[in-house]
Amino acid sequence: MEIPNAENLKQAEIDEYDSLVQQLKPKPPLLKHCFWAFVVGGLICVLAQIILDFLQAGGMGQTDASSVTSVIMIFLGALLTGIGVYDKLGKTAGAGSIVPITGFSNVIVASAMEFKREGYIFGVGAHIFSIAGPTLVFGFAVSTLIGLIKLLFM
Amino acid sequence: MPGPKKRGMQTVIFDNPAILASWASVVGPKEGEGPWGNDFDIIMPDYLLGEETWEKAENKMLKQTVELALNKAGLQNNEAELLLAGDLLNQLVASNFAAAELSIPFLGLYGACSTMVQALLTGSMLIDGGFFERVVTAACSHHYSAERQFRFPTEQGVQKPPSSQWTATAAGAVVLESSGTGPRITSATIGRVVDMGQSDVNDMGSAMAPAAADTIKMHLQDLNLLPDYYDLVVTGDLGKVGMAILGQLFGKEGVVPPPNHSDCGVLLFDEKQEIGSGGSGCGCCASMFCGPLLKKMIKAEIKKLLLVGTGALMSPTTNFQGSTIPAIAHAVAIEY
Repeated sequence: MEIPNAENLKQAEIDEYDSLVQQLKPKPPLLKHCFWAFVVGGLICVLAQIILDFLQAGGMGQTDASSVTSVIMIFLGALLTGIGVYDKLGKTAGAGSIVPITGFSNVIVASAMEFKREGYIFGVGAHIFSIAGPTLVFGFAVSTLIGLIKLLFM
Repeated sequence: MPGPKKRGMQTVIFDNPAILASWASVVGPKEGEGPWGNDFDIIMPDYLLGEETWEKAENKMLKQTVELALNKAGLQNNEAELLLAGDLLNQLVASNFAAAELSIPFLGLYGACSTMVQALLTGSMLIDGGFFERVVTAACSHHYSAERQFRFPTEQGVQKPPSSQWTATAAGAVVLESSGTGPRITSATIGRVVDMGQSDVNDMGSAMAPAAADTIKMHLQDLNLLPDYYDLVVTGDLGKVGMAILGQLFGKEGVVPPPNHSDCGVLLFDEKQEIGSGGSGCGCCASMFCGPLLKKMIKAEIKKLLLVGTGALMSPTTNFQGSTIPAIAHAVAIEY
């Protein structure tokens, strides 16, 4: 049997406290969050699909139409952030408004707006990717890796 | 050997209790819409007060609160001998810049959200010690300056868990004097830093509850008081989650919980205001004390109050490095 020492006792106390906290901490309303994430995320995708179809109907090729749609969605995300709507949307929609490309636009524009007060170089320039940075870094890393795999095996 | 004014392990009592000569509270628009809107002196029309940055707005808010507290006692800035103030921002910028404009000799304090009580107890000791006749104590917090420093840019769309709290845009200031009439600070308990291994930045109540329990227990024990001695024991910003845990902790340790326990974080907002577990920030406790609570003391609805400031000593840097969140709580007893 392990002989209790001060460290073990402290750890036991911490574990006991943590189980008390887990009991009393309110759980997020998962179903409600999932519902709104599905609805808002879905609507953002439907809007993008309408834009895409519209562009293709206008005679644009698949590749070009996809790129233009992304650009339009990024613009809309930025605009809604700028006029103070996107943060309210995010409160309800959660992942539904973070995952689409409009969410990526939101974190970049929100950072730029927040740090504009420290100037364009050490404020906006230095902090614009403070939240989006990890997505970019690991996005680039994964795409490089996949590129290498394709080069080597296909 | 303990000093003549020390009682027990952590408590001091005062021979010449500091008198609360006047006080003032300033709150933001959201706080003004809460249940105590009528009890604050000024409700800000917006979050920027005509300034360009959240930080400048916060320092202006603190300066206004201090000036208002002095004006209410018919005093000019230069008649205050010492300013004890603090806020949540790095390098205490809101307090430092306000102190520069107020031109009162200044000691900056940091106790996270416990700062108002830290200032009150330090001020009371300096007055009882005979060093000063008139000390101004103050604390403030601003929702948006705190959000950007501790969490995310303000326009980012973030969904918060129900245990998270809303940093209050609020400030409170108290003018302490060595003589006169008014509520007086009779004793104070300096808390220990307690770390029970919590590390969820969206749940400060759980990090702070053990510190609050420790300080309240020590206060009652050091002074040999029964839990019902006080008409109200009010914690700073435990929120609903922290308050529930505090109740359980008292039960577990066999300590009788104070029967009239409440929490400024729970009181400050209405549940409909989407604030998660409750309000938080230095200004939460400071404004509730300098507004509604002192008003109730003047009306004699509360005669003995134990104000327990609670602070989560959290830093985003150490949190990302994997450290837990230590917490502290200080208490001052106010009687009238």
